[in-house]
Parts: sequence; C-alpha cells; structure tokens
Amino acid sequence: MKNKKFLIVSLILAAVCIVGVLYVNANMRYSMLASVLQKGAIYALVAVALNLLNGFTGLFSLGQAGFMMLGAYTYAILTIPVAERIAVYQYFDGGIIQFCLPMAVGLVLAGIVPMLFAWLIGKPVLKLKSDYLAIATLGFAEIMRAIIQWKNLGPLTNSSNLLKRFANYENILFPMVVSAVCIAIIVLMINSTYGRAFKAIRDDEIAAEAMGINLAKHKMIAFMTSAFFAGIGGALLAMFQSSVQAAAFTSAMTYEILLIVVIGGIGSVTGSVMGAFLFVACSEWWLRFLDDPLPYLGVQIPFMRGGFRMLVFSVVIMVVVLFFRKGIMGDKELPDLWKKRPKKALKKASKKEVA
Amino acid sequence: MHEASYYIQLLLSGITVGSLYALIAIGYTMVYGILRLINFAHGDIFMMAGFFMVYLCTGMSPLVALPLVLIMTVILGVLIERAAYKPLRTAPRMSVMISAIGVSYLLQNLATYVTGGLARAYPEIPGLKNTIQLGSVSVNWITIITPVLTILLVVVLVLLINHTKIGMAMRAVSRDFETAQLMGIKINNVISVTFIIGSFLAAVASVLYFTNYGQVSPMIGAMPGLKAFVAAVFGGIGSIPGAVIGAYIIGVCESFIKANETFSVFSNAFTFALLICVLLFRPNGLFGEKMTEKV
Repeated sequence: MKNKKFLIVSLILAAVCIVGVLYVNANMRYSMLASVLQKGAIYALVAVALNLLNGFTGLFSLGQAGFMMLGAYTYAILTIPVAERIAVYQYFDGGIIQFCLPMAVGLVLAGIVPMLFAWLIGKPVLKLKSDYLAIATLGFAEIMRAIIQWKNLGPLTNSSNLLKRFANYENILFPMVVSAVCIAIIVLMINSTYGRAFKAIRDDEIAAEAMGINLAKHKMIAFMTSAFFAGIGGALLAMFQSSVQAAAFTSAMTYEILLIVVIGGIGSVTGSVMGAFLFVACSEWWLRFLDDPLPYLGVQIPFMRGGFRMLVFSVVIMVVVLFFRKGIMGDKELPDLWKKRPKKALKKASKKEVA
Repeated sequence: MHEASYYIQLLLSGITVGSLYALIAIGYTMVYGILRLINFAHGDIFMMAGFFMVYLCTGMSPLVALPLVLIMTVILGVLIERAAYKPLRTAPRMSVMISAIGVSYLLQNLATYVTGGLARAYPEIPGLKNTIQLGSVSVNWITIITPVLTILLVVVLVLLINHTKIGMAMRAVSRDFETAQLMGIKINNVISVTFIIGSFLAAVASVLYFTNYGQVSPMIGAMPGLKAFVAAVFGGIGSIPGAVIGAYIIGVCESFIKANETFSVFSNAFTFALLICVLLFRPNGLFGEKMTEKV
C-alpha cells in the first residue's frame, strides 16, 4: 500500500515538474530560471556521481572535473558536423576526425571514455589511502588538462582553443531528463548488493574485507561508475554552454562540486540534488543583488559591489562546513522523512498497549 | 643548441623557484605532520601575503611594510587555524580537509572582491631587482638572496625543532597526538606555533616570489601551493629536509621543462606525474618514516 502511494505521489510530482519545465521552455527559454534549471540538473548529476564515491564508498576523490572534461571533449569532438570542422579546427586544417556521430551515441561515448580512463587510473591509485587518493586524483585531472591543451594533440583536441558548433539540444527538458535517468540508475545501484558493499567498505574496510567483499573490485566499480556519469555530466555541461575549453575544468570546479555534496549531506542522493540546485541558484541568481552597487529603497549599502556575492556565499559555505556538518539531509534521503512517522505511531501504539 | 650560460641561467631560476616551493612546502609538511591535514588554504595564505604587501605599500615604504606583512600573515594563519580547524579537532579527517578547501575558496573570493579580480603590480623593494654580472651570466640580487635566505631559515628551523622545548613538543605531537596530550603537552599551543612558522615562511616566500614575478592576482596561490605540497610528499611528508630537497628537484625540473617549447604545457602536469610515481613506488617519500596502519 505505502509503496503504491509513494509511487503515485512521485509520479504526480514528476509530471508537475515536467509541465513546469515545458512551460519555462516555451515562455522563458533564456531567462535566469531556465539557465539555473539546466545547470542545476547537470551539477546535480555530477554531484551525485561524486557522492557515490565520497559519500557511499568512502573514496575521497578530487578528479571529478577531469572526468567531466574528458566527457565534454569526447562528446564535442565526435559530434561536430563534418562541414563545420574546418571552421572549428581553423588552426589544424579541420582536425583529423572527419566523421560525425549522432547525439545519443556521442553522449554514451562521453560516459564510456572517462570510464576507461578511470579504469586505467584506478588500477594504481585506488590502493592509496584517503588524502593521498584525493591529491593523486586531483593530480590526474591536472595532467589530463595539460595533455588536452598540448599543441601536438591539436588536430584531435583543438589544443587550448574553443570547441563549438557540436550537436546541441533545443528543449531544456533534455538535460533534466538525462540527468534524472542517470541519477535514477545511480540510486538503483546504491540500493543493490553493490551499494551495500560500497557502504560496508566506507564504514570499515577491514571488516568489509573480512565479510568477503572484494575491495579492489568494488572500489574500481564505484570509481568507474562515478567517472561514467561525471563524463555524461560534462557532455551536458558542454551542450549547456555550447562550447568547451579545457581551461574551465580546473580544480576549482571539483571543489565547487565537492562543496555541493557537503551542503547536501555526504551520503544523501536527494541532498546532493537539492544542494546542486541551491548552489547554482544562489551563486548565479538569488545572490546577484549583492553584486549590484545600486541603492535599495534610497539607501546606498556599503560593500555591495562586484564580487561581494561570492564572498557572502563562501562565508555561508564555511558556516555550513563548520556548524552544520551534516548538510541539508545528513545521510538521509527525502522519502525517509515521511517514513519516520509510522514508526513513531507504532511506538506510541506499543506504549499504549503496555500501559 | 644553446650556450652553457643559458643552462646556468635556467638552473639558477630553477633553484630560485625551488627555494620558494621549499619555504611553502615546510608549512604543508609541518601541518600535515601534526594534524594529518592537507592545508589547502596554505597557498592562499601565500597569495594573501602578497596582497597585504600591495595594500600596505600604498601608504608606507616597502621596508616598513615588510615586517608588518610578516606579522599580518602570521595572524591570518593562526586565525584560520582557530576558526576553521580547531572546532573540527574531533571530526573525521575528511571534514577538516573539506573545511580547508572551504577556507581556500573563501580567501580567493575575498581577494577577488577586494581587488575587483584584477592583478595588482607588486611594489618593488629597493635593491632587490638590481642585476649583477657573474662571468657570462647576469643575475638578479633576488636570485642570489632567495636560496641563501631559504637555507638559512631551514637551518634555523631544524635547530629549533631539534634543540628547543617547543620543538620537542612538536616532534612528540607529530609522533602520537593523544599520548603527547596525556604527557601534558598543550596541543593547541603546539598547533598554533606550527601555523605561525608555516605562515611566516609563506610570507617570506611571497615577498621573494612576487618581487620576482611582478604582480599578484587572487587565484595565483593555488598552483605554487599544490606544487609545494607535492614537494612535501616527494621528500616524505613530515620531514623538513625532505621537503626542501623535493622542492629544489621540482623547481629545477620545472624550469627546464618550461624552457622547452614543445613540452612547456606540461610544467604543471610533470609535478603531478612525479607525485603519482612517488605515491606508487615510495609512498613514504624520500625521507619519510614508515607508517603502520593500526586496525
């Protein structure tokens, strides 16, 4: 009964969301709201992918921006129409790739290529412990960025120049649906035996190993899955910005995604999703007024000028990190909040019986 | 092929850069030795020291500003430790690292706000930029002063750690945090001293680095910071001579890679490749002590 009710409620909510997004798409395609919805959805996917590693498997990885970059580049390189290549690769005689894949194939490959790289990187790196793993993955992201910007690879990656004019979506529902489907797959994985093994590794590696969990295999699966979805997120980000440049995928981007995970709650998928939308909305839209030196209600407020928004924003983040360490959701999921109630009722009922 | 003087020039600039990395790396390695924390904000403390100098010099002569910059940077470092790391002393290590990343984000945004995101010209300290001729090679005074000062500071620091009471306390804390506490060592004082030393050296490095480089910008701290960290890992984290040697190796290699046109893109990547190799083949670094994991 409960499950059916939950299913109906979530279906209705999803339908409302889709209708809302379609309305936004039809009437305010280039508004701030539309851009926050798209970027929020993309960041939600990437954050959930990072949370799968940091929150559920206990692997502290800081290579997310690197995998996103690989995904974005794979997608962009493979889906630029042949006719446009001369213009895009203007310094490299149209580049060496002279074919164009359909959008869906490009998107899937944008996941698979980072996944293969994750497999290569993971072999040696996953043996490392907590902060060494973090710094090694961060290093790999930087190495990858340098390789893509290398002049000798120009015919393939266009060196440090922009990649643009690749296949793009029309409807803003597209990135949201793709990211929702991907997040759903991650949730299914977390709820499977794999997910339970991940959590066991997070809570106690040695105990997990003693219980017969193959540490190397499961860590690798988590790492590769995370890279796959980060790559798809990167491709979506490329589409959203309609251009890609390696210089944008710095460690600062990884830090932002990590902070989203922290704000949402480490180990909570719904938390990460909410965190992503909140983060994007606050940093790009709601706090924008702080950057505005114009007087409000006739009062000129000091300090308000360009850059103040990000300063306030980072102070808020520090407050969350220091005083609300669990973030929005802790390690709970949104549906858990409703599930709590019947338990309390049961307890009360049992107390009454005792009385 | 180039003349020998070209290579000497490269070597000298590598040694200069290496000395600066060494000064920053000591801050990383000491904090890591005691708190087991990668202090991601350390590179940004270095950047902030640069801006302190820029803004103080609008009102006074650089020579007066210099000691003030050192003092302000030390205060900033201790303040960050008190505000962002001390409340998390009992929290998992990951939370403290996230807090460090948050502080780094905050400092970068603060600097962007104050400067408007633009690079500022670094004030010139009289005498440091004069060049002298050594045979066929012409060098800045700063190129000579930097390694000499670095070595001097490192020697003083090693003496401090090996022969004073506070140094002994630091060694004890880095060996075993809890037992040291039980033995009556005031942990918080030791940690504060660590941050004082680290920030002081970062401030010295910033003066030398930016005098050489000419300008400060809000994001400039991240890369030297990370490279210095790599140097610390390379030398064996927790070991000061190790960090210094690691920093010199990285500085010299980087200087040569930057000079090669084909591979200059890889000057940053090389550092990380080195890091990964070290972590894989010699996880304790060149001079690090072996750590055993307790169950």
